[in-house]
Amino acid sequence: MPDSTLVGLHHEEQHHPELLHHFAEPQQQRDAASLGMWVFLATEVMFFGGLFCAYLIYRRWYFGDFGAASKTLNATLGATNTAVLICSSLTVVLAVWAAKTARRTLLLVSLGITLLLGLAFLGIKGVEYKDKFVEHHVPGASFSFDKVPLPGHPGQYANPRHAQIFFSLYFIMTGLHALHMIIGLGLFLWLLIMAWKGRFTPEYNTPVEIGGLYWHFVDIIWIYLFPLLYLIDRHP
Amino acid sequence: MSMPTTIPQPVERENYLNKEYGVWSWLLTTDHKRIALLYLVSITFFFFVGGFFALLMRLELLTPAGDLVQADTYNKLFTMHGMIMVFFFLIPSIPAVLGNFLVPLMVGARDLAFPRINLLSWYLYIIGGVMMMHCMLTGGVDTGWTFYAPFSTNFTNTKIVEAGLAIFVAGFSSILTGLNFVVTIHRMRAPGMTWSRLPLFIWAHYATSIIQLLGTPVIAVTIVLVAAERALHLGIFDPKLGGDPVLFQHLFWFYSHPAVYIMILPAMGVVTEIIACFSRKRIFGYSFVAFSSIAIAVFGFLVWAHHMFVAGISIYSALVFSFLSYAVAVPSAIKVFNWTATLYKGSIHYDAPMLYAFGFLGLFTMGGLTGLFLAALGINVHVTDTYFIVAHFHYIMVGGAVMGYLGGMHFWWPKISGRLYPEGWARLAALIVFIGFNLTFFPQFLLGYMGMPRRYYDYSHMPEFQVLNVLSTAGATVLGVGYLLPMVYFLWSMRYGKPASDNPWNAAGLEWKTASPPPTFNFDEEPVVTWEAYNYEELDAPHKREVPVAR
Repeated sequence: MPDSTLVGLHHEEQHHPELLHHFAEPQQQRDAASLGMWVFLATEVMFFGGLFCAYLIYRRWYFGDFGAASKTLNATLGATNTAVLICSSLTVVLAVWAAKTARRTLLLVSLGITLLLGLAFLGIKGVEYKDKFVEHHVPGASFSFDKVPLPGHPGQYANPRHAQIFFSLYFIMTGLHALHMIIGLGLFLWLLIMAWKGRFTPEYNTPVEIGGLYWHFVDIIWIYLFPLLYLIDRHP
Repeated sequence: MSMPTTIPQPVERENYLNKEYGVWSWLLTTDHKRIALLYLVSITFFFFVGGFFALLMRLELLTPAGDLVQADTYNKLFTMHGMIMVFFFLIPSIPAVLGNFLVPLMVGARDLAFPRINLLSWYLYIIGGVMMMHCMLTGGVDTGWTFYAPFSTNFTNTKIVEAGLAIFVAGFSSILTGLNFVVTIHRMRAPGMTWSRLPLFIWAHYATSIIQLLGTPVIAVTIVLVAAERALHLGIFDPKLGGDPVLFQHLFWFYSHPAVYIMILPAMGVVTEIIACFSRKRIFGYSFVAFSSIAIAVFGFLVWAHHMFVAGISIYSALVFSFLSYAVAVPSAIKVFNWTATLYKGSIHYDAPMLYAFGFLGLFTMGGLTGLFLAALGINVHVTDTYFIVAHFHYIMVGGAVMGYLGGMHFWWPKISGRLYPEGWARLAALIVFIGFNLTFFPQFLLGYMGMPRRYYDYSHMPEFQVLNVLSTAGATVLGVGYLLPMVYFLWSMRYGKPASDNPWNAAGLEWKTASPPPTFNFDEEPVVTWEAYNYEELDAPHKREVPVAR
């Protein structure tokens, strides 16, 4: 075997066990993973962006109908879910900090609470979906939105077809958000198992960090969804 | 079977091709070079499937009467031709094959930043491809590749949802490729490989990746909306229920116009490398060529509604989009002028890759200039949905992107396979492709301008269109021969071609400083770059032919 191939082997022996073969040093691997997640989140912004665009157009076209439809959503449950997600963002930050400072118990507890908060969010969302189903507000053949007063126009009623567009967007946007939550829960379950096995150290904690980035992003999507869907026609 | 050519090298160096054998060493590989070859085989398959549909269409149009196929079949033929060629050939062609192979080599990295995600992207492509094939074999789609609502959502009874899902999955494969390139170009460059020393192929791929990353998610969510609308009749795109079909067109073209730049930008990168090498000159105006790629990516996102001038958009927005469409011609023209200036006083070699690059220059210029016709509101209304449009975008996508792809395949084939292709055959094939292409598509400009609509299978009310249609069909068969030839002699050369040296073209660029074919981790020693890009003056200087790799 020619000598030149041995140079590479010698180089590899001093590697950190988590350092993949094609990176020169751990810093480069960390930077690549973090940049990769940021770039992925940019694609996610565009993914939801198409829906926000559709929402804005129809909200402008069917201003009153969207207000009337929005009022039928349960703002209390929506607000509760907002609070749940904001709390979960806090526990994610704690988990990242704990991983970086080698606080194993705090890491496990924060990851666990994040998982529970995520599940709570999905549970509350499920209750809301069930209510909409019972009220026949799920778009499709059984949809009904009769005799709902149009806000600001006494004696007039909202157009059920336009309200159906609101609920279509409601279900697609919150549904895709919930799908992202479910993926996030899978991610955090995996992080919890890895943390339990003691894989994360102050030198190697990139998965916690980029998992956290993803979780915060999903939270932020909700921070925009909540006022647009629940609060557009609430007056004190 | 032993051949004389293999005897002079009794001990073959270990490289990415002979390191491991067997099906699993390919299907589970994370080596970017092997994944590039997986893509090469798969996109070639889809290219010939899509080409077969094109040939059937051309045969139908040989006579004015609709006699070879029925209207329904014809609708499915052009739909499946478009969907397969756009999503399963053109979009992955140069990035996923040549880009995958060359991006790490050119920046001096051992692999892409995320090798397993790279393999995942190929599997997503294959899953999407299998779904598309299944959809096609069990009935297909008849809406045109644009699947406009409300026809696609409310009326057609063909397999819209399955085709949409296939495109959705293939789209994720495209996103992951772009993500890998962006991170690799940012984080994996070898010491000394500054941004201004990057080959312009890399700049072009960086711009392409930006479009893949920011455009593809929008078509993904559009497909979600179409599928939901079709399943539940939500009314988002249905005017009867208060929805807006034009919104579909906006969302669709927001991706699908920039998608044209996903196809053409990498070809521009390839041509830049070839022209510099075969003119033996540094590229003229390096930074202008680099930033014009970025400018095309940015402007490309702002021109989508020029596909919708007759869709009932406001005249004021049409004016703005018309102006912006003219503006996107500026960076494209900058590139053409810089390539021409590079040729000026260069010592030009007419090898096969250069012939393809010349073909690209001419055909892309034709496609680009007719694009300016179409950006003009008045002419656009006259030729919308005619063969003028068909000819225009084929000059860009086939004359531009496919010529670039073939040129690049010839240029880097010695690096990919370690063998030389037969130069005489390759020059002949390049000539055949160029002649066949023009014979196929130039008559379509005339047909379109005379008023022949696209997507018609029967033109018996206008029999005078037949002459030009016969020319076009004849050209398509010539073009088909031109495309089959390279496949035949590439395969032949893998066994019988002369072994290639590390740098058979005496080209600049890091990929030529490692073995042909490269070892699995690309470089035996980590390269350190101390020279500027395209240093052909130094390479050709008589006293030193090779710039040493500094340690």
